[in-house]
Amino acid sequence: MKRKHHIHIKFFLKTLILLFPVFILSQEYFPTNTGVKVTNEPYNAIINATIITSPGNVLENGIILERDGKIIAVGKDVSIPKNTVIHDKKGTYIYPSFIELYSSSSVKNAQRSTSSGRSAQYGPSREGFYWNDHIISDYNSHNDFLYDKKKSEELRSAGFGIINTHRADGIHRGTGLLLALSDVSTENEKIIDNKSAEFLSFSRSVRSRQSYPNSIMGSIALLRQFFYDSEWYLSGQAKSKDYAIESFIENNNLPKIFYSGSDLNFIRALSLSKELNIPLSIVGSGKEYMNLKEISNYQNDIIIPVNFPDAYDVSDSIIAQKISLGSLKEWNQAPSNLSSLERSKIKFSVTSDGLKNLSKFIPNIRKAIDYGLSEKTALEALTTLPAKILNISDLAGELKAGALANFLVVSSPVFGNDAVIYENWVLGNKHLVNSKKERKEEKKIEIKRPLIFDVLPVTYPNKAFGNKSIPKSQNIIIRNTTVWTNEVDGVLKNTDVAFSKGLIVDIGQNLKNTNNSIEIDGTNKHLTSGIVDEHSHIAASSINESGHNSSAEVSIQDVINPNDISIFRTLTGGVTTIQILHGSANPIGGQSAILKLKWGETAENMLMKDATKFIKFALGENVKQSNWSSYSRFPQTRMGVEQVFVDYFQRAKEYGKKWNDYNELSKKSKSKTTKPRYDVEMETIWEILKGERHISCHSYVQSEINMLMKVAERFNIKINTFTHILEGYKVATKMAEHGAGGSSFSDWWAYKYEVNDAIPYNGPIMSQAGVTVAYNSDDAEMIRRLNQEAAKAVKYGGLSEEEAWKYVTLNPAKLLRIDDKVGSIALGKHADVVLWSHNPLSIYAVAEKTIIEGAVFYDIEKASEQLKQIKNERNTVISQLIDAKKSGAKIQTPPIKEKKYYHCETIDIYED
Amino acid sequence: MRTSFLYIALMCSFFISAQQTPGPVQNQSILIQNATIHVGNGSVIENANLGFISGKISYIGQENPTKKYDQIIKGEGKHIYPGLIALNTTLGLGEIDAVRATIDDDELGSFIPHVRSVIAYNAESKVVESMRMNGVLIAQIVPKGGTISGSSSVVNLDAWNWEDAAISIDQGVHLNWPSPYTRQRYSRGQSTTYKKNEKYQQSIEEIKNFFDSSRAYLKDPYPVSLPYQAMSKALNNEAKVYLHADDPQQIKDGVEFLKNQDIDGVVLVSAIYSSEIADFLAQNNIEIAVKQPHNLPSLEDEDPKIRFKLASELLKNKVLLSIDSTGEMSRMNTRNLPFFAGSFAAYGLTKEEALQSITLNAAKILAIDKNYGSLEIGKSATLFISSGDALDMRTNDVSQAFIDGRKVSLETHQTKLWKRYQKKVEEEKSN
Repeated sequence: MKRKHHIHIKFFLKTLILLFPVFILSQEYFPTNTGVKVTNEPYNAIINATIITSPGNVLENGIILERDGKIIAVGKDVSIPKNTVIHDKKGTYIYPSFIELYSSSSVKNAQRSTSSGRSAQYGPSREGFYWNDHIISDYNSHNDFLYDKKKSEELRSAGFGIINTHRADGIHRGTGLLLALSDVSTENEKIIDNKSAEFLSFSRSVRSRQSYPNSIMGSIALLRQFFYDSEWYLSGQAKSKDYAIESFIENNNLPKIFYSGSDLNFIRALSLSKELNIPLSIVGSGKEYMNLKEISNYQNDIIIPVNFPDAYDVSDSIIAQKISLGSLKEWNQAPSNLSSLERSKIKFSVTSDGLKNLSKFIPNIRKAIDYGLSEKTALEALTTLPAKILNISDLAGELKAGALANFLVVSSPVFGNDAVIYENWVLGNKHLVNSKKERKEEKKIEIKRPLIFDVLPVTYPNKAFGNKSIPKSQNIIIRNTTVWTNEVDGVLKNTDVAFSKGLIVDIGQNLKNTNNSIEIDGTNKHLTSGIVDEHSHIAASSINESGHNSSAEVSIQDVINPNDISIFRTLTGGVTTIQILHGSANPIGGQSAILKLKWGETAENMLMKDATKFIKFALGENVKQSNWSSYSRFPQTRMGVEQVFVDYFQRAKEYGKKWNDYNELSKKSKSKTTKPRYDVEMETIWEILKGERHISCHSYVQSEINMLMKVAERFNIKINTFTHILEGYKVATKMAEHGAGGSSFSDWWAYKYEVNDAIPYNGPIMSQAGVTVAYNSDDAEMIRRLNQEAAKAVKYGGLSEEEAWKYVTLNPAKLLRIDDKVGSIALGKHADVVLWSHNPLSIYAVAEKTIIEGAVFYDIEKASEQLKQIKNERNTVISQLIDAKKSGAKIQTPPIKEKKYYHCETIDIYED
Repeated sequence: MRTSFLYIALMCSFFISAQQTPGPVQNQSILIQNATIHVGNGSVIENANLGFISGKISYIGQENPTKKYDQIIKGEGKHIYPGLIALNTTLGLGEIDAVRATIDDDELGSFIPHVRSVIAYNAESKVVESMRMNGVLIAQIVPKGGTISGSSSVVNLDAWNWEDAAISIDQGVHLNWPSPYTRQRYSRGQSTTYKKNEKYQQSIEEIKNFFDSSRAYLKDPYPVSLPYQAMSKALNNEAKVYLHADDPQQIKDGVEFLKNQDIDGVVLVSAIYSSEIADFLAQNNIEIAVKQPHNLPSLEDEDPKIRFKLASELLKNKVLLSIDSTGEMSRMNTRNLPFFAGSFAAYGLTKEEALQSITLNAAKILAIDKNYGSLEIGKSATLFISSGDALDMRTNDVSQAFIDGRKVSLETHQTKLWKRYQKKVEEEKSN
C-alpha cells in the first residue's frame, strides 16, 4: 500500500513539473502544500528581436522586460536587472498577442431543454427575474467556467492571448469573462475579469421552451421592451424585484457584444442600437461587403469573422447547377470583405468565430491581405481595436510597460507567407506553438498557397438579377399609349405621360420634351398605375410571431428582406407596392410594412415614406389553432377570439387613460407622480383606438366578421380592411355601413373548412353593396399575376373592366390609405407605372416595364440581358472553383439554399 | 368522442346538400348557327354552323345544313370550343384540403397499380361541378403517391355517379420515376444540399423487377396476384404508362426503361426540365403533359418566366403537348385550365396551339381522341359556347355546355350563393 502511494506521488510530481515548466505564481496569501513557496520570481528579458509594439510601431533590436506576468519595460535601452533570465530571440519578430472579442471557449455549453409536451410553455421557468426566459441578463458565464486546455492551445496557435468568452445562449445572454490563455496560471490569475462584457443576440435560449419569442421580429420586440422596462425600473417604480433587470442596470457600463448571425441581422442590430441609443459592438457575418454604404452610416464597433466558405465541389454538373449565383459569389467575394471595409474607411475588429478549424485563422487573414487588406489594419483589428472595445487598452493590445506580458514570437512578419509562430507568451508564461523542427516537416506536406481569383463586382442585391447600380429616378415620357388613369378620365387613347423627380408631371397628347426626358414608345401598349397588393408575405425574414396570442409589439418593418428574389419576380408582374402583413397565427398579429419594390435598395429605403400604420388581426381556424396540434392556448373557439379583442382593447383604453392623465400634469406634479410603464404592445393597440393605426383583419366566415365590427364599434373604431374576407358577400351591407373595406382572393377556395362558402363572385357583390374591394395575393406565385386575378372580377360577377382594374390598383391603395400618392395616373402622384404589351386584364398581357417613382426597376429586355450575365458569372466562378480544387483547396459539398415561401400560416421558429 | 361524432355529422350534412342535376340524354337535335368554331386541331372555322344529334356531331360547315334541327342556338359573335380536358387531376378524390376525412387521393404502398381512382371519384363533388362553368368538361382522375400510384380513369364532369361519369376506366398506370439526386438536410440552421441518390439504381431495379414479375406472372396468372394482374393492360399496350418525371436524367432513364419494356404509349407528365432533351423526346414519340405555368421557378437564378416559356420551348421540337394541371391547390384550380393554356399562349404558343393542347392533344394522351377532343363530324358533342376567347379570363364566358349532347348545368354551389346574396344586397340597397 505504502509503496503504491509513494509511486503515485512521484508520478504526480513529475506531471506537475511537466505541466508547469515555470513555477506557479500563486497568490501571496494562498497556502502551499506541494512544495516550498516561491515568492521572488526572476525577471525575463526578450532581447535582439524586432518588436512590433503596436500596429505600425517597430522597434529593431529591442528588449522586453517581464516579471510576474506583466511588462516592466519595452525599449532599446532597458536596464536589465541581475536576476533576469535572458531569452535571445535574434531574428524573430515579436507581436502583441491577439485578442478574441467573441468566444464561447472554456464555458460549458447550455443544455437544450429536454422537457417536451404537446402544449407550448407560455410562462417563464423561473421566478424573481424578467418574464421571459430568453432574457438571462443576470447570468454570469463565470458560473460555468471550465478551462478548455485543448481549445486554448488552438487559440494560442492562432495567435490569441486573451479571449472574451461567454455562454452563447439566449437573447440577453448575461455577462462574459476575460480569460488569459495561460495553461500554467491558476484561475485566479488567468481570469482577468469575470464580468468583462454583456452578450446579446436575436436567438432564443435553448434552455427554455417558453414559446415567446419564436421569430426574429419577436426577438427584436423583446429586446426593445426589455430596454424600456429597465429604464422604467431604474426610476424606481416597480413594485417587486426583478434581478434580471437589476443586473442589466448594474452592468450598464460594460461593453455590449451583440451576435447578429447574418448580413441582414447585422443591419438590424445596427439599427436597433441606434434606435435604443445603446452602443452595441456587433459581430458581423463576413458579408459586409454587400452593404458597405449602409454600414458606413453607423458608428458602432463591429467585429468581423473570417470564416470564408470553402470552395464548393462542382464536379457534378447537376448539383453545380443548383448552386445559386448568390452562393457562388459568396465564395468568390468573401476574402475581399476586410479589404472592402478598409477601403470604405470602416473600422473593424476581427474574430475567429465561425471557423470550424482555428488553424485556418491566420491563413485566412493572410488571404484577406492577398485580397487587399493592409497588414497594419489587420493587426489593429486583432490587438488595439479589440482592447479598446473591452476597455483594456492599458492591459493588452500593445507591448508597453504595465501591460500583460502577452506576445508572440514569430519567425518573420506574422502575416507573411512563411511566418511561423514559435511561441505565444501569455501572462509571462512561454507556450510553445511550433518548434522549428516540427514546422519544417509540416512544410513538406503543406498545400500550395491558395490562388487569388478575380473578384466579381457586387450587385444590388448581390445575386441573380441584381442591379449594377440602384436604378435612379429619371425624366421619362411614355408616348402614344393607352392610359388607364383610374380617374374620371377613364382610359385615354394615344396619350403621353411624363415623369419627373419621381412624380407624374404631365398627361396629354404630343407633350413637349423640355427637360431631356427619355422617350419610350408606347404605341399599341397599355400604361397603368403599378399594382398594389394589400396582402403579401414576400420580402420578409419572418411572418408570424406565434409565441403569444397577441403580438402587437412586433413589426414586419424590423425584418424586411430586401434581397428576396420574390421582389424581382413580383416586379415582372407589374406590382410596385405591397403591404407585408404579419401572419394569422394569433388574433392580434404584428405591425405591417408598406413597401415599394425598389429591387436593389436597402430595407430602409424600400419602406414607403409617410405610409399609414397598419396592424394585422386574424380570425378563424388559424388563430384558434385548429389545423395543428395545440390545445393549451386561448382562444380555442371563435367565442374566445372575441374576448381576446375585448380584453386588449379595454386594457389599451385604460393604458391610454393612464398616460393621458400623466401627460396632462404640470411639470411639477409630474415629478411627484409615478410615470406609467411604457408598453410597446399597449402603445400599438392604443394607436388603433386613437385612429393612428388601422386594422387589416384576416377573416373568413360571416359570424366572426360581424363580431369584430361590433367589438370595434364598442370601442368607437372601425375595421379598416377585412382581408381574405371570403364570406364578405354575406355581410356586405353591414361592412359598407361599418365602413370596412374588403381585400379578397379572386377564386381561392376548398383549402380548408372555413372557405367552404367562398365564391369568386365575392368581390363584385361587396362592390355592389358599396364596399371598397381589392384582390390580393398572399402568395409569392400569384402576386405575379394579379392583373389576371382582377380580370376574374369581370368574368365572375360582370364588373366593368375599368372597375375590375381598380381591384388591384386604386382600391388597395385606398384600403392602405395611400391613394393620395399611388393607385392612379394623375398629376402629382408617384410615377409608379407599368407598361403592358396588351390590355392589362388580358391573359396575354406581359409587363414590359415596371417603373417606381420614375426609376425603371424592371425592363423585360434588360432581364434577358441579365440572364446572359448570370450565365457568364456562373461560368466564371465555376471555373474558378475547378482551379481552386486543382490547387488543393479544401472542398465542401455545396449549400443549396431552398427558398422558403411564406403564407399566413407559416411558422418558422428562429434560433440561428 | 362526442366531438368526433359531431364532426362526422357535420361532414355528412355537408355532403348531402344536393348538387346540380346531370343533364338528360339528348333527344332533340341542336344546331348552333353562325359561330366561330375552334376545332381543337389548330384550325378555326369562322361563321359556321355546328349540328349534333343523339350526342354526336352531325354537321359542321359554313352553309346551312339540309337537315332540319329541332333546336337552333344563335351563335353570332360567339365561339364554340371542344370540352376542355384536364390531365393528372384529383378531382372527386378530395373535397377540402385541410380536412383529412375528405381526402382520398393517396393510398399506402409503393407498387399498387390495382388501386383504382375511378371507384372513389365523387361525381357530386362541389369542386367538380365548378369546372363546367369554365368549359372544363372531361378530366383524368389520377391517384397519387408511391412508385406506381395506381390506375387512372377518364370521366366526364357531369354525372350521377362514377359509372355514369366514366369515359375510359383504368386507362393508365402512373409511374413516379425516382430521383437520381436526394436532398440532404443538415442540422438546425444550415442549408440543404443535394447528393447523388445512392439508392437510385436500386430503385430502378425494383421497378424493373416489378414489370418483369408482372409479365412473367401474366403467363400463368393463377393464383391471382392483384398488383401483377393490374399491370396486364399496360403491358399489353391497352393502357398507357404515365411517367411522372422532371429532370433530364430522370426522364431519359424512365423513357429508356419503358422502351426496353416495349411499352408503346408513354406519356411524360410534369416534365419541368424537359426542354433540354426535347429532341430525344420527339425522336421517341413521347407525348408530354407539361406542368401548368402558374408555378415559381425552382431556382433563384432561373428566368422568372421559365415555366411560362416551357411549352413553346418544347413545341419547337414538334412533340405532342398537353398540360398537367397539378400545382398549388390544384384540385380547385383545375377550373383555371383554359387560363393555363392562355398563359402559354402569352409566351410563344399560338392561341389555337394552346387550345389544342387541352383538347385534341389531351384526348390523344388519354386515348379517347376517337370520340373526344375536337369538333368533327361523328365525334361526341362535348363542347361549350363562350361569348369570347375562352383562354382568357377576361372573355371566358360560358353560356352553354354539352357533354355527349347532354346540356349540362352551369350552376354550382357557388353560383347559387352568388344569386342568393346578390339578391339580398339588391334588396337591402333598395330599402
